[in-house]
Amino acid sequence: MSAHVQDEDATNAYQSLAGSVDHDDPRWAFGSGFEDMEADLTAPVPDGADPADLAAYCLMLGDDALVYSHRLTEWVSHAPELEEEVALANTALDLLGQARVLLARAGHVEGLVPGGTARDEDALAYWREVGELRNVALAEPSDDLDFARAIARLLVFSTWRIALLHPLRDSADPVIAAVAAKGVKEVTYHRDHAARWTLRLGDGTAESRARMQDALEWVWPFLEELFRTSDEERRLVAAGVAVDPAGTRAEVDEVLDRVLDRATLTRPEAPGMGTIGGLGGRQGVHTEKLEHAVLVMQSLARKHPGATW
Amino acid sequence: MSGQDMNPQDVTPEGGHGAVPTAGVETGADTKPARRTWPLYEVFVRGKRGLNHVHVGSLHAADDEMALHNARDVYTRRNEGVSIWVVRADAIAASSPDEKDPFFAPSADKVYRHPTFYAIPEEVPHL
Repeated sequence: MSAHVQDEDATNAYQSLAGSVDHDDPRWAFGSGFEDMEADLTAPVPDGADPADLAAYCLMLGDDALVYSHRLTEWVSHAPELEEEVALANTALDLLGQARVLLARAGHVEGLVPGGTARDEDALAYWREVGELRNVALAEPSDDLDFARAIARLLVFSTWRIALLHPLRDSADPVIAAVAAKGVKEVTYHRDHAARWTLRLGDGTAESRARMQDALEWVWPFLEELFRTSDEERRLVAAGVAVDPAGTRAEVDEVLDRVLDRATLTRPEAPGMGTIGGLGGRQGVHTEKLEHAVLVMQSLARKHPGATW
Repeated sequence: MSGQDMNPQDVTPEGGHGAVPTAGVETGADTKPARRTWPLYEVFVRGKRGLNHVHVGSLHAADDEMALHNARDVYTRRNEGVSIWVVRADAIAASSPDEKDPFFAPSADKVYRHPTFYAIPEEVPHL
């Protein structure tokens, strides 16, 4: 016990606000109970799953969270209200927490692939090239600090991610199952936040409604890719590890339709973004927007390799 | 402190720390057309092991529902079972500093207002 842990005093109201009075936890800034997660990152690869597939799948789920988290942090010091800025930063931190565990798992499992070497989460986050990232294009572009765009993307992303994480709580991979169990609660809050703002803006003034509708038109082409099943996913579904993203379409459509309807907004007709020879984000083929995001995200770690603070 | 010289209307509960004198203080307010801001809310949080709600600060929000959500993001840490109250700051009636003496001093000798003459058994907590 550290020196500044005080005796518990049930009548001390301020003390009771702090769930823990011990601030020695080095991860407190990431705040999402990383250390509470009951999952062994070095758990064996489930029967019937190819380690290379499992590592790739952890990267897919992790990179979605990592890259989108980075885009969300661009709102820090730019949000329309201080309170909203904290909300967006919290959302980014939740996703970063998910990314850390998933990347750490991916790095460990990579070491189990014949001829492979294990890497840690930082090596994966900061030292991969753009073509090695596995995230979907939805996470990639800047929203150009247009608040309606930020909300539209958060609505789509969180609706889709809940649909994935919900069944993934029963994944045969214990780490993915643990991330999903915790993540469902986090992302449900993100979706709630986005849905409330969509209602306010859509059913608000003529100006806010027009801008929210524009934002939906901006985000809609990214939807199609969310329901494409990669080869790795297809094989892992059979092993009980992964969820087929194609199966999430009905839920995502239903939720989005319900929110848009109540917000008096129109579901865009925009066609989905195509693939490049059948390849997309899951295969490491990205939009040019990702390049800049990754450059910024990795710059500090690459300039000062191994630095700690 | 020349609290007696101030008009009651110079005193407002705005700011979350009780009555604040605004007369004669350079604030920059009114010098340019202010952007219409959201109303101020005071936030009270009860922690997982707490017995009562504690004032933790204030925030701006468009309405009660948004105030609750903002309070969750600004004033609570993750994974804590908490209860939050929010109340619009202008709905709080606050005592003001210039009334301090007449307001509180006369009660100083009225010890019977709190039941302090009973022996409380040790097994009864939080009384």
